Amino acid sequence: MELLNNLAIGFAVALSWKTLMLAVIGCFLGTIIGALPGLGPSNGVAILIPITFTLGLDATSALVLMTAVYYGAMYGGRISSILLNIPGDEPALMTTLDGYPMAKQGRAGDALVISGVASFVGAFLATLGLMLLAPLLSRVAFQFGPAEYFALYLLAFATLGGMASNNQAKAALASMIGLGIAMIGVDNQGVPRFVHGNLHLMDGIDFLVAIVGLFAVAEVFFFIESHGRSSSIGVKLEKVTVPVKDIVASGWTMLRASVVGFVAGVLPGAGASLGSFLAYMSEKSIDNGRSGFGTGSPKGVAAPEAGNNAAAGGALVPMLTLGVPGSGTTAVLLALLMTLNITPGPTLFTERADVVWGLIASLLIANFVLLAMNVPMVKVFVKVLMVPPAILLPGVTMISFVGIYSLSGSHFDLLLMVGFGVLGFVLRKLDIPTVPIILGILLGGHMEDALRRAMTLSDGDPMYMFSSPIAIGLWIAAIAGFVAPMFLRRYLQKPQAITD
Amino acid sequence: MTGDRIFGAVMIIVALGYILSARTIQTPLFPDPVGPKLFPYMIAVGVIICSLYMLIKPDPEADWPGAAALLRLVIAAVVMVAYALLLEPLGFVIPTAVAAGVISYMMLPRASMAVLTGVGLSLGLYVLFRYGLRLETLQAIPREWLG
Repeated sequence: MELLNNLAIGFAVALSWKTLMLAVIGCFLGTIIGALPGLGPSNGVAILIPITFTLGLDATSALVLMTAVYYGAMYGGRISSILLNIPGDEPALMTTLDGYPMAKQGRAGDALVISGVASFVGAFLATLGLMLLAPLLSRVAFQFGPAEYFALYLLAFATLGGMASNNQAKAALASMIGLGIAMIGVDNQGVPRFVHGNLHLMDGIDFLVAIVGLFAVAEVFFFIESHGRSSSIGVKLEKVTVPVKDIVASGWTMLRASVVGFVAGVLPGAGASLGSFLAYMSEKSIDNGRSGFGTGSPKGVAAPEAGNNAAAGGALVPMLTLGVPGSGTTAVLLALLMTLNITPGPTLFTERADVVWGLIASLLIANFVLLAMNVPMVKVFVKVLMVPPAILLPGVTMISFVGIYSLSGSHFDLLLMVGFGVLGFVLRKLDIPTVPIILGILLGGHMEDALRRAMTLSDGDPMYMFSSPIAIGLWIAAIAGFVAPMFLRRYLQKPQAITD
Repeated sequence: MTGDRIFGAVMIIVALGYILSARTIQTPLFPDPVGPKLFPYMIAVGVIICSLYMLIKPDPEADWPGAAALLRLVIAAVVMVAYALLLEPLGFVIPTAVAAGVISYMMLPRASMAVLTGVGLSLGLYVLFRYGLRLETLQAIPREWLG
């Protein structure tokens, strides 16, 4: 009953013309961003956030717009996976395995429709899951004190870092760099740190500057290095029809993959890439060679797409209820929330019910919009793939600059952004993941705050950090999450980019 | 190999500098048991441990850009820095056209495409930001030039 009441609040917000318009615009932009190789969801959301602020949107509208972009990008990622054999974003990597072979067999249209429907099933079920699980989790989170939050942040770093790199030391180093950057500026008692008289640094380093630099500007450098190799569509896309038989046949695949993906998404740090990977692998073993996974099986297209879209929805659960993002893109969305002065966490569901349920209702609507855009209108987005990188990436650069400039109006932030771009390029070359840096910058202040409050409460007794069963459980999970990948790496090889 | 070692060494120096800087942090009037210095110290120690690991057990060498690619990257970075510094004094249109054009040329050395990309992006984005998104602070060209 409570759920229905909440949904009613949500739909009252979501069904205004303005919110609907923003959801449609977000879906459209998101699908384009997802489809374009090299402009993944985290990049896309990052460069659009500053622009959202210039529109002067209220919190709910801004959040609806950006999560629609996020969902859209997850849908769109499959388009270039199937047509170009280049994933539009990292989670769409697994879709190349069967999507491209299908396209080469002249079934590009079928692959696009099946994956579009699978995306819808995954995203829709995940939104329902979010609706049911998030309020429950937020009730648990009410019992969290500073000791539990400290352990929770540790868990997020451990798992996100563990998944993001092949080298735990490098993942940990990245988290530390982020935390170190977060210390710059005045602390919670008004003491300036690492400022050295620079007034720009008093407020700390704006995380949007770091995000746009590390993600978008670094990506531009990568394209410059690779000479902006333009990719041409090598497969034909004939008339798009709905392959009803294949969709019905992969019905169970989509459902199972959605559940696997959702669970992977909820786990802090695991994210959509793991969701699609696990969904594909589990379906492949269930199928046991019957429908030829890896050679252009419709089920092999349905599984990863249902998985990654479900994971995308799942990743919103810890982000909204605990303030701990489950993936790179949700980290960027967390930055959006924090800039909008919305504190994610359990209180969000009681104090800002309009924001949360408005968002959930909008996501439900956005899914139908996305299904319409990604199945009947898919040809529109296929055209976008023709834009050469030598036009697209300079555009991304300039939008990044103007966006950041519009936030603060200071050239200091622009220089800082270029600096982060160079840093991001070097780090990625060294296989040091950049997402933990973002997480560190976002959570550093909160993490220190939790530590200091815990020590104030306990009069400086370090054992207080392990004084509750929840805290102990989180510490164990964090240590396991950090150590386990070292042993599992052999079996859970991070899927490497597949080049033809 | 060398890349990991150099980066590890640099990070150790940065962490030591971080500790030195943290030592000068003032203690607040009513200090809590932790104070403003402990967490930064913990971070710096963590950085040093991870960096030492990179020094001792480096990964296989990264795939660094060759001389030609490196030159293109440096040019692009310099253009971006110049753009950041010149956006205010020279207005939006001219620096944007030049910067976008150069970055495009660095990706694909085709002059006609670079010029079109630069001019097109500059004008298109100006209209989009100034009139579409109502970004009032954006100046097309410096006011003084208009007399």
